[in-house]
Amino acid sequence: MSSRYFGQPVKRREDPRLLTGGALFVDDVHLPGMLHVAFLRSDFAHGRLNGVDVEAALQHPGVVAVYTADDLGDYWRPGPLLVPPPPIEGIVFHERTQVPLARHKVRHVGEPIAVVVAESRYVAEDAVAEICADIDPLPVVADMDAALEAGAPLIHEDLESNLAAHVVQHKGDYETARRQATRVVSGRFTYDHGIAAAMENRGVVADWDGREQNLRIWDTTQAPIPIRNGLAAMLGLSESQVQVIAPFIGGGFGPKIMMFYPEEVLLPWISMRLNRPVKWIEDRQENFFATTHERGQTHEAEMAVDAAGRILGIKDVFLHDGGAYDPYGLTVPINSQCTLLGCYRVPSYYSEFKAIFTNKTLVTPYRGAGRQHGVFVMERLLDLAAAEMDIDRVEIRRLNLLAKEDFPHDHQIIYQDFAPLVYDSGDYLPAVDKAAEMIDWQRFIAEEQPRLRAQGKAVGIGLVTYVEGTGIGPYEGARVTVEASGKVNIATGVGTQGQGHFTSFAQVVAEQLGVDIADVRVTTGDTREFQWGCGTFASRGAVVAGNACHAAALVVRKKILALASELLEAAEEDLELVDGKVAVRGVPKTAMTLGELAVKANPMRGAVVPGTEPGLEATTYFGPASGTTASGVHAMILEVDTETFDVEILRYVVVHDCGKVINPMILDGQIHGGVAQGIGNAFYEQLIFDDEGQLLNASFMDYLLPTSTDVPTIEGAHMVTPSPLNPLGLKGAGEAGAIPVGALFAQAVEDALSGLGVKIHEIPLSPHRLFDLVHGGGSQHGGGSQHGGGSQRGGGGR
Amino acid sequence: MKPAPFVYFAPQTVDEVMDLLRQYGDDAKVLAGGQSFIPTMSFRLAQPEVVIDLNGVEGLAGLREVDNGLHIGTMCRQRTVERSPLVARRAPLLAETMPSIAHPQIRNRGTFGGSLAHADPASELPAVVSVLNGRFRIRRQRGEDWVAADDFFISLFETAVGPEDLLLEVEIPDLAPGSGWAFQEFSRRQGDFALVGVAVVLELEGHVCRQARLALLSVGEGPVRAHLGEAALEGQPMGASLLQRVAEIVAHQDIDPPADIHASKDYRRHLAEVLTRRTLSQAVARAAAD
Repeated sequence: MSSRYFGQPVKRREDPRLLTGGALFVDDVHLPGMLHVAFLRSDFAHGRLNGVDVEAALQHPGVVAVYTADDLGDYWRPGPLLVPPPPIEGIVFHERTQVPLARHKVRHVGEPIAVVVAESRYVAEDAVAEICADIDPLPVVADMDAALEAGAPLIHEDLESNLAAHVVQHKGDYETARRQATRVVSGRFTYDHGIAAAMENRGVVADWDGREQNLRIWDTTQAPIPIRNGLAAMLGLSESQVQVIAPFIGGGFGPKIMMFYPEEVLLPWISMRLNRPVKWIEDRQENFFATTHERGQTHEAEMAVDAAGRILGIKDVFLHDGGAYDPYGLTVPINSQCTLLGCYRVPSYYSEFKAIFTNKTLVTPYRGAGRQHGVFVMERLLDLAAAEMDIDRVEIRRLNLLAKEDFPHDHQIIYQDFAPLVYDSGDYLPAVDKAAEMIDWQRFIAEEQPRLRAQGKAVGIGLVTYVEGTGIGPYEGARVTVEASGKVNIATGVGTQGQGHFTSFAQVVAEQLGVDIADVRVTTGDTREFQWGCGTFASRGAVVAGNACHAAALVVRKKILALASELLEAAEEDLELVDGKVAVRGVPKTAMTLGELAVKANPMRGAVVPGTEPGLEATTYFGPASGTTASGVHAMILEVDTETFDVEILRYVVVHDCGKVINPMILDGQIHGGVAQGIGNAFYEQLIFDDEGQLLNASFMDYLLPTSTDVPTIEGAHMVTPSPLNPLGLKGAGEAGAIPVGALFAQAVEDALSGLGVKIHEIPLSPHRLFDLVHGGGSQHGGGSQHGGGSQRGGGGR
Repeated sequence: MKPAPFVYFAPQTVDEVMDLLRQYGDDAKVLAGGQSFIPTMSFRLAQPEVVIDLNGVEGLAGLREVDNGLHIGTMCRQRTVERSPLVARRAPLLAETMPSIAHPQIRNRGTFGGSLAHADPASELPAVVSVLNGRFRIRRQRGEDWVAADDFFISLFETAVGPEDLLLEVEIPDLAPGSGWAFQEFSRRQGDFALVGVAVVLELEGHVCRQARLALLSVGEGPVRAHLGEAALEGQPMGASLLQRVAEIVAHQDIDPPADIHASKDYRRHLAEVLTRRTLSQAVARAAAD
């Protein structure tokens, strides 16, 4: 069947509504009698909470209720461990999960202490200012190295130290490889990732209807079904009494897959207690403290290479800043550990990490989810080896790439989905060649760069590779229904945060049913519409839910053909589905619309034959045995102003392989957005904490997101190595754009400044940091910005 | 991020504003474009009891030519100044500076006088109006004053406009013949507060500098005039080595910049040196072309 929709750059059908303000977001939910919620959050990173006096706040006009941990009774309990530690031998993991409201202790700035319910958000914030939390500050654990020192203050006092986890994975024998090596390169690398800073902050509306005995919740979650299941259990309700709706969401990027946030736990409870709808919309300042971060790791790494520059082994020991609690388990550092191996053949590997509790907001995955850190270490080690052995940077990568015949490739360690890290498919060399050709690597280095340098321009070039483990299980499902009107409905459980699901899922189904895409309606993220599934994370929406849609469409197609075959008295293989009709091929007058067939399949008289089902409908699930590995190559040319140390990106090339592509336009959008966030990570965004665990730049005035003028035109090319692990041959693409940018930026800046002998072992960079690296200055971060944005503390509290 | 409660007045005449200011004084704040004020209220860093909205007051938004220059009303939007052919002709340094102020959306709303009266040390307008020898017309409870720029900016967020006063308009005098001018700043992103900015006006006679006015932003408690740098220029023939020497004097003697999360003291000095040299060169070239 020729493709009408699959693989076509169909315009996103949801965009007119999104762009004209016609889509429903959580804050658009207005219910009669709705109350508004604001939180008192801790100003201290670490402190003993002796008591909370809410009397004045309760007296405040317009305040309906004020709750602290003591009011929650049995409902107060630490949240669930979302991802248990993988089955790795000798693993140490201490589970300490977040609580709805602080009791006895506060462990990071922004941790909620009390909640005010009032007639408006304004009044609620006024009343928050009248709550008095009696906190004795405790010494703060802000630094990873200091956190593990003997005598360090304990964040969780029932533990012996601030160690959250200790994991060793290895394959082969690195020490032998090291002895056999011609050269060993090494470095200490720090990589700090920032916040997702989604355009829409988090929000929850909860509406308990006492008459219907139903709880409806609108939540900016990436995982509405697990939220529904968890809340039903916590609240003692049947799952059928709880409806969770994740409507349009202005960006997820990972932090919205975290559960259960305190606000998600509290709003439904408050609504049931007061028998009124309640709303909480996170403001931007709260978002800096109350929504999870991704942050830093420090790696001590070395690479052993032979005389030709081939990798014999890698050893990496790193610390991972996990924040105050670890409900998301070890996903981020395991991703770093596994993704470090990248596109390369690495015969021996020793990787050890310690995850650390610190007095900071908790760390959970944010687009890339630790992969950036691993890719940075690997790519920088290759650059070090290339420099020391005088090998071209592209050439050393070519030398070490896995070859086409190496797939499937087993890296012999355990991945975040608990399965062995096996790459299903890939073809890396043509992608490297393509990127080198597009950026004109050889000519730039041989001709352009010397010419520009002679003019005094500090220009640099870089090229890096990366893999992205995507599309992990366990499963997603979809229901496809042909209605009597001939229109097609798709319902799936994943939530959507801008990925284009309303278009791409419709493309997958329209392809099989031969209907116009305009006649396909997609519902996502409403537990009343579809109640089995996991969520949108780990670049898995298209792979897992997309294949579920495909599978359901195939079953419906079969039903259509079987019924039409009977009605038209023709063999199924002689039928075709085109333009919303089924007909005997070459005999247009036999055509019946799918609507007519749907009516026949749902008769008002007669009997549905036992063992069959009415209607043209199917619900099908897809669960991949393991993740599928996407890959890519990024290259850039940039120029550094050696006086101001500003950096301008002159060219940016992405060659990307995520298997078969449902919609190349949507894929380009994913890549562009990822690269933009990657550029932010590399040169603009950094959470800056002082020694007291105070975030010094909690506003968009001081936390710098890249803007349209900072992101260059991205020149892209797609390679297609279909995944053998799913029928559509897809691999995920959600995080690809963001993963290698830091490594690439560092390489290109180092190249541009090569005349100054600067070594870049860290991300993010900034003009200020480059100035220090060139002029040998230390860090002189002051406490607070002169604009007044530098020392604000977490929302609303005193 | 919701403001604390306040009482809101929307007067229609300057006299009404003055009455309200007399009545509420320190407890009141006037609202012009609100581009700094509203965020500080939302963060609850500012919690005024009374807000007096100037947006409905007649006669404060004018932009007109006078014999010796321009008079720009306090409520004249920054975008109006930016797009004015009058400003481009008679105050080209001002016209060149305007696009560096934040973003178009902010300039649409932000006012000329509001930015000057707020006197944020990172603002462009105080430095530029200083080197242009601007004068400020202030309505007091008794009468009016014209105040020179050097006397207008007192310290951090403090100007000659007292709690019961109102800035009415600003005079921007014409440049002397033979003047060169320039403004440059360095910010992390287009529209951000600059890490350092430099505004320069040079009056040349042939190659010799008759008078120099140089001011920097983001390096002190307000616009910082570089008097030592100016003195080193005056009476001297212009040349690359002199400009470099002046840049060093400005960076190392005239200013004592603060450190913050975006830039250390050393980096700010370094940027001040680079930008001073670049603006001086540009100003000399423009004066020569005049």
